[in-house]
Amino acid sequence: MKTKIQNKIAINIIRIIAGLVVIILLFLLGDILIAGVPHISWHFLTAASQSFESGGGIGVQLFNSIYLLILTLIISFPISLGAGIFLSEYAPKNIVTSIVRMAIEVLSSLPSVVVGLFGFLLFVVQLQMGFSILSGAIALTFFNLPLLTRNIEESLRAVPNLQREAGMSLGLSKWRTVTRIVLPEALPGIVTGVVLGAGRVFGEAAALIYTAGQSATNINFGNWNPFNAASPLNLMRPAETLAVHIWKINSEGVMPDASAVSAGASAVLIIVVLLFNIFARIIGNSLYRKLTATK
Amino acid sequence: MGMQKYDFNDKNILRFNQDKHQLAITTQNLQVYYGEKHALVDGDLEFERYKITSLIGASGSGKSTYLRSLNRMNDNVAKVEGNIWYRGLDVNSSKINVYEMRKHIGMVFQRPNPFSKSIKSNITFALREQGLKNKQKLDEIVEMSLKDAALWDEVKDDLNKSAWSLSGGQQQRLCIARTIAMKPDILLLDEPASALDPISTSKIEETLVELKKRYTIIIVTHNMQQASRISDYTAFFHMGHVLEYGKTKNVFTTPQINATNDYISGNFG
Repeated sequence: MKTKIQNKIAINIIRIIAGLVVIILLFLLGDILIAGVPHISWHFLTAASQSFESGGGIGVQLFNSIYLLILTLIISFPISLGAGIFLSEYAPKNIVTSIVRMAIEVLSSLPSVVVGLFGFLLFVVQLQMGFSILSGAIALTFFNLPLLTRNIEESLRAVPNLQREAGMSLGLSKWRTVTRIVLPEALPGIVTGVVLGAGRVFGEAAALIYTAGQSATNINFGNWNPFNAASPLNLMRPAETLAVHIWKINSEGVMPDASAVSAGASAVLIIVVLLFNIFARIIGNSLYRKLTATK
Repeated sequence: MGMQKYDFNDKNILRFNQDKHQLAITTQNLQVYYGEKHALVDGDLEFERYKITSLIGASGSGKSTYLRSLNRMNDNVAKVEGNIWYRGLDVNSSKINVYEMRKHIGMVFQRPNPFSKSIKSNITFALREQGLKNKQKLDEIVEMSLKDAALWDEVKDDLNKSAWSLSGGQQQRLCIARTIAMKPDILLLDEPASALDPISTSKIEETLVELKKRYTIIIVTHNMQQASRISDYTAFFHMGHVLEYGKTKNVFTTPQINATNDYISGNFG
């Protein structure tokens, strides 16, 4: 009888805790969305921001966030892929491997503001790259690299060893086995990880304040020459992202509708991150289904 | 009750008269170590061409270890010493091109492990990797190897479906087809039916009996009925030693060694 009661109490406590987590999340989401969604309009999403007058939008910031995200992925994905393959398939169990692993763990636990300051000192000041998209993308790479590497390593590890043996037994080299058999099979997990990581990068502010900068310079969306200073694609221009914009409005915004812009921008940010999470699930699941032909 | 002790020097190993029997592969003084553990001692067997040879014995007796050494699947896992003679070459030599060799000595594993690709691609994949691009030729090989593995009739209309949509038994026959598509000399099978139901098992067995017309087959099995049903020769492994090797009929009806007798009659350990 006593065990039964204990069990009941334990289960109910766990239920309450789990419920609490969900309630907190719903409350947060609800609060942000209710406050922000009414301010979202096509004008808001596309117009340039205003520093002193009301009626500004977040068009440039939204573009900057997406562009920065793409650049970050272009830099960090190949590196993480190589590191992930090495750690999962090739790394011998020795001291060098343990050091690499530890380095990745330390990197992943660095506070993002520290990454930002490091990026500021090294890229912005020392290497004279200035507040630029490129500085920001490299700082975000530091931030993204350890998570992505670990995700890729784990996805590869999750592929049963039998698949590797199958490849080897057919006379394939180890490299071909890894790239042609193991990697495709790990793809759903890798894609899910990349998209989830993209959501985190998209919402990152602290690492960007000192690297990509806090100003949204006027860019000309009619000019796609990446070497032109006014071009949206220019790598060396300062680029305030959506998350940085929210931080800035709330700390020093003087426009009359600051709170409305902040609320709207927050809602957009949350919606995009939610979309990333949903997409990660959908893409991962559909890839897996395609691979396994299960329903 | 501890495991009964047997004298490892008390062996009865068949040697072939090479004037009458053609040998496919032989091993000499084969030793396998997992770290400190001497997992296989003095592996010294000859395998006749176009026959099925069963390797039987309890778990941990060294039979799978032995089998996996024959096409160097134990590289990087264990230390293997001794000679494996195949067509006058020592497979265990460091000079051997392991990838080339594995095309001649193919392997099918305990659990079905098709690639997460279509049925057809499972078979053509390794061939394409080798540079065979001719579609008509590839299609011919697909049909031939699926027929050889007795799977053609069941899948011929679904060749582009994922291999993982097949049942376990079909998957295993696909793995056999995939291996014989490489046109190997020797087929090594590591308990290929242990994860399958009885009907799938008997299909695999029929397939193997059919295949021995063109392939030398060495199969590890836990299932003694299976060994006695399909194999021409049987080797009995015990604690890393091969204690008895002979014609299957003799090994099962008149074993010469106590350990074999006890294992076959179920009085083991």
